[in-house]
Amino acid sequence: MNGFGGFLLRRSIGTLATLLAISVIVYVVFYVTPGNVAQITCGPRCSPEQVHQVAQQLHLDDPLYVRYWHFLQGLVAGQDYSTGTSVEHCSAPCLGLSYQTDQQVLSIILTRLPVSLSLVFGAMVLWLLLGVGTGVLSVWRRGRLTERVLTGLTLAGWATPVFVIGLVLMIVVCGELQLLPFPQYVKLTDDPEQWAWNLLLPWLSLALIESAAFARMTRSSMLETLAEDHIRTFRAYGVSERSIVGRHALRGAFAPVIALNANNFGSAVGGAVLTESLFGLPGLGQELVHAVSVVDLPVVVGMVLVIGFFVVLANAVADVLYAVADRRVVLT
Amino acid sequence: MSLVQVTDLTVEFGALRAVDGLSFRLERGAALALVGESGSGKSTVASALLGLHHGTGARVGGSIDVAGIDVQAASDGELRRLRGAKAAMVFQDPLSSLDPYYAIGDQIAEVHRVHTRGSRRAARARAVEVLDRVGIPDAPRRSRSRPHEFSGGMRQRALIAMALACEPDLLIADEPTTALDVTVQAQILDLLHTLREETGMGLLLVTHDVGVAAESVDQVLVMRHGREVEQGPVAAVLGAPAQPYTRELLSAVPRVDAARAPSAASDEVVLEATGLRREFGRGKRAFAAVDDVSLTVRRGETLGIVGESGSGKTTLGRMLVGLLEPTAGEVRYEGHARVGVRPTVQMVFQDPVSSLNPRRSVGESIADPLRARGEHDEGRIRGRVIELLERVGLEGAHYDRYPHEFSGGQRQRVGIARALAADPRVIVCDEPVSALDVTTQAQVVALLGELQRELGLALVFVAHDLAVVRQVSDRVAVMRHGRVVETGPADEVYDNPQDPYTRQLLAAVPALDPEAAARRRAVRRELASA
Amino acid sequence: MSEALVATRAPEASASGASGARQFWRRLRTQRAATVAAGIVALLVLVALAAPLLTALEGQDPTTYHPSLIDSARGGVPTGSLGGISGHHWLGVEPQTGRDLFARLVYGARVSLGVAFSATVIQVLLGLLVGVAAALGGRWTDQLLSRITDIFVALPLMVMSLALLAIVPQSFPRPVLVTLVIGFISWGSIAKIVRAQTLTLKGLDYVAAARLSGWGAWRIARRELLPGLAAPVITYASILIPVNISAEAALSFLGIGVKPPTPSWGQMLTAADVWYQAAPQYLLLPAGALFVTVLALTVLGDGVRTALDPRAASRLGVGTGRRREAATTANATTAAASSASASSASAKEESA
Repeated sequence: MNGFGGFLLRRSIGTLATLLAISVIVYVVFYVTPGNVAQITCGPRCSPEQVHQVAQQLHLDDPLYVRYWHFLQGLVAGQDYSTGTSVEHCSAPCLGLSYQTDQQVLSIILTRLPVSLSLVFGAMVLWLLLGVGTGVLSVWRRGRLTERVLTGLTLAGWATPVFVIGLVLMIVVCGELQLLPFPQYVKLTDDPEQWAWNLLLPWLSLALIESAAFARMTRSSMLETLAEDHIRTFRAYGVSERSIVGRHALRGAFAPVIALNANNFGSAVGGAVLTESLFGLPGLGQELVHAVSVVDLPVVVGMVLVIGFFVVLANAVADVLYAVADRRVVLT
Repeated sequence: MSLVQVTDLTVEFGALRAVDGLSFRLERGAALALVGESGSGKSTVASALLGLHHGTGARVGGSIDVAGIDVQAASDGELRRLRGAKAAMVFQDPLSSLDPYYAIGDQIAEVHRVHTRGSRRAARARAVEVLDRVGIPDAPRRSRSRPHEFSGGMRQRALIAMALACEPDLLIADEPTTALDVTVQAQILDLLHTLREETGMGLLLVTHDVGVAAESVDQVLVMRHGREVEQGPVAAVLGAPAQPYTRELLSAVPRVDAARAPSAASDEVVLEATGLRREFGRGKRAFAAVDDVSLTVRRGETLGIVGESGSGKTTLGRMLVGLLEPTAGEVRYEGHARVGVRPTVQMVFQDPVSSLNPRRSVGESIADPLRARGEHDEGRIRGRVIELLERVGLEGAHYDRYPHEFSGGQRQRVGIARALAADPRVIVCDEPVSALDVTTQAQVVALLGELQRELGLALVFVAHDLAVVRQVSDRVAVMRHGRVVETGPADEVYDNPQDPYTRQLLAAVPALDPEAAARRRAVRRELASA
Repeated sequence: MSEALVATRAPEASASGASGARQFWRRLRTQRAATVAAGIVALLVLVALAAPLLTALEGQDPTTYHPSLIDSARGGVPTGSLGGISGHHWLGVEPQTGRDLFARLVYGARVSLGVAFSATVIQVLLGLLVGVAAALGGRWTDQLLSRITDIFVALPLMVMSLALLAIVPQSFPRPVLVTLVIGFISWGSIAKIVRAQTLTLKGLDYVAAARLSGWGAWRIARRELLPGLAAPVITYASILIPVNISAEAALSFLGIGVKPPTPSWGQMLTAADVWYQAAPQYLLLPAGALFVTVLALTVLGDGVRTALDPRAASRLGVGTGRRREAATTANATTAAASSASASSASAKEESA
């Protein structure tokens, strides 16, 4: 297998293998615990009959690998759930049933997903602009006051916990100055303008924090490139500093920024927990916090799987983008 | 008006005076070489000509005049117009000197556009033209390749093409062939020669290699510790050096045409390799770095293994000492088949930096074989290590020093002492002098010879430098693509090479005598056209 | 012999970790920001250690309710001005419960630093174990461990911690649990760094020389490899500590980490948006404490990195301009040295 097609194929197989590995880890961590798995899965208010039903559903009497196989089968091919009186079909990809809410986990997640994606996509645009911009500017003005100020701001942003920035923003902008109403999620399809206005603060607070990492990364990899020999070549050929920083040094920061972005995007889809709960956005993160606090195990497991899926997918996309940007990767 | 006129140049980095009162001039169309060992300040001079020390904190004194521009007084804009357009520079390492992310043609075009403000298309056309000019085959297509898709020699050609892009009056070449194999080096030097004949540009060559200078220039300036030792026409300086340092330098340069006094080799075979093969990689990417190599090493003799990069000589050396297991074949030590390492077969490594643990004193490193053998008496260990340190020309007091306190040559001596601590019968030396300056190189080679006579050691001397190998070896094996193409007594192989590859290698070695260099150039042209 | 036997000024001297600790401290001390940060960190550690003493001086403890100090009619706002600041309660009291803020703040430092440091220890040990095993093990061991490492690098800490905290019984002591969760989830990056460094070290000639001396694998790993791992591991650990502080605070903020009555800065912020008007210090103190701690630890971490690897100075841009220049020169020299060793041709290092 050679060339780009071969690389894509290898990368896809690798992605699938990683997803499989994650499902194993998740299964072992959550379903091979010392406690009464059926009881935990069903929830604290289940009757003994219901618990028994769940135990059967989970094939708790079977050996571990058979149990995992059923779990995987449910994920890939769907599964039937009997709730004692009726049988409910959960079609693939089946993430199971939340016994506490009597809802399918997938549908819970699907109602929450647009909120998370709205938050993360908007914030991503902002953090890339802010972070990479700050990084480039501080490299371009290195050795001057601008650089010191930017470096200081970046450090401050890096050191501030996201909930503190969010909290302060909300208190100042919505509370004291009353420039914006306290955010409330409005669907994009209902009213795009209100959607954006209400998400502005969450975007900003998430982006401010994340952009610090991007600024540091951009800056450090650009400085690293600037110390390389080929920069000396272009200096010795009279190429202007603007072109050296903007064209050659920035190019070296592509790969690390793409990789960092993939990781941050993937984890923020489910991991913007703090921003979501702070601003009361009904996204995946908030649902996860809720599920954890009421110990709704099927939802927790489903969320972890979905978020893992996004993380792995984002990383795979990053790898491909990286390979497009730098063909040497394909050869190695 | 001269092309380059440098008067009383000094360059200081903090407290370090790298260049100290240097003056020289270079006429239009002429060629001057700055020759010196590491730390002589020769590259610093080259950078100063383009004003590259501006804004780095270095203090530059004296006057520099290049192509009618006063570099010392020039503004940033004037300097940018000088760089690349009137004076272009070619650097040592062609891989790291090009941006890995952009196509080579685009990089040349970028430089061209900076100075001509012409269209993108015109610049690309010019890039293809100069690439073709420096002998890149299929230039229009290859101009779209990135640096990693080029071989080392091709990359150096591309850098030279970049230098040619704006038709400069002066070409500054800073160690342009140091990272290249000897046959490729010869091609690049020939290319520089031809370009100079055709374009009439001046050449300032910076090199540590006296042979390279003799091949390429008319004038030579020998530098040491930032000062001029002597300068003059190349034939005069190299033929009849006036200064002791120049004489020392020249006498240290190993000659490829000088026979060696035979050593006291016996018939007793200590190390024997048969059908050695070593593969790396798996599946379709598998390749044999060493392929079916058989050789013997006798007590008291030196076997030279010579080859260019990628010939498999280092892999072979590592198999001989047992650091690598062969994929096929076997190594017999004193008649017995051997697996893994054994202390009586030792190695001296190429890189004096990485061959000593920076966190341990050199005495402790040397004591390793003693301790591993089970010696516990600290007094005896210390005594033996001090004895070894003194034997290799260091002092007993160096026991407690750390590697970074030593120079490259001293570290190599420590490496030799460590090998000796194991009371070896065989020492495999993997490029032991290639990272050293030529005078240091001569001292280390002499030390190895003394030790061999004294202890009856068998030496395997692995190197890319044909002259050094001839200087030390009784017998020689020439390697190419993992195979031994020619083997025999050193004098026979060097004076009467049978294999065409050996002949090609020998023809590529730079000669110290400019006239001989011209003859060799003619021979190379013949070999190339044949 | 013309070669001077006097110890020469080798350019790579500054890059090698030779005379170890002393050089490290010297280089750390030359960075003003890092020195100040180190002072702040030392102070914080001192406060954390002396928490019982400090609260005894004030005459309070972090868990006692003071219903008399809050106005239940107004929903639990502290009585008295400025959130109840008085000679008895130096920083006022918590809304609703009336617990002493100063006591909770200094005890919070204990939890915050304790959890972060212990979690870092777990991460480092796990990372070392997995990284070294991957680098020294066979091809399949390496493949397996590297894949697992990749997964742990990618897994979002918040999500995994949340999920894990859900299934552990409530009776398990929370600070210990938070430590374990953080430690066992985000060790991936350090394992990757350790693996890469071990592979580099394994290929170095001095390790080959130690093999030729006749030493066994275990002794070589201990004497030649582990000391070489110290610098990258310390560097990365110093980056991890502030990250772990933030993680603990975030989990506690969400009400899933450290739970009352154990005080934690993150937890103190949970209700801050409701109470900031009545008692601004209720928001400002824990937020400020977190900010200062994370900032000081990050700056110290940058300083440690620079002191251990002078080349990093140019990347991070810490230190003065003059030092940065020196670092760039060192960088160029090391690069020249490595390119020289990489090619088998006789590359000469030309000192700048």
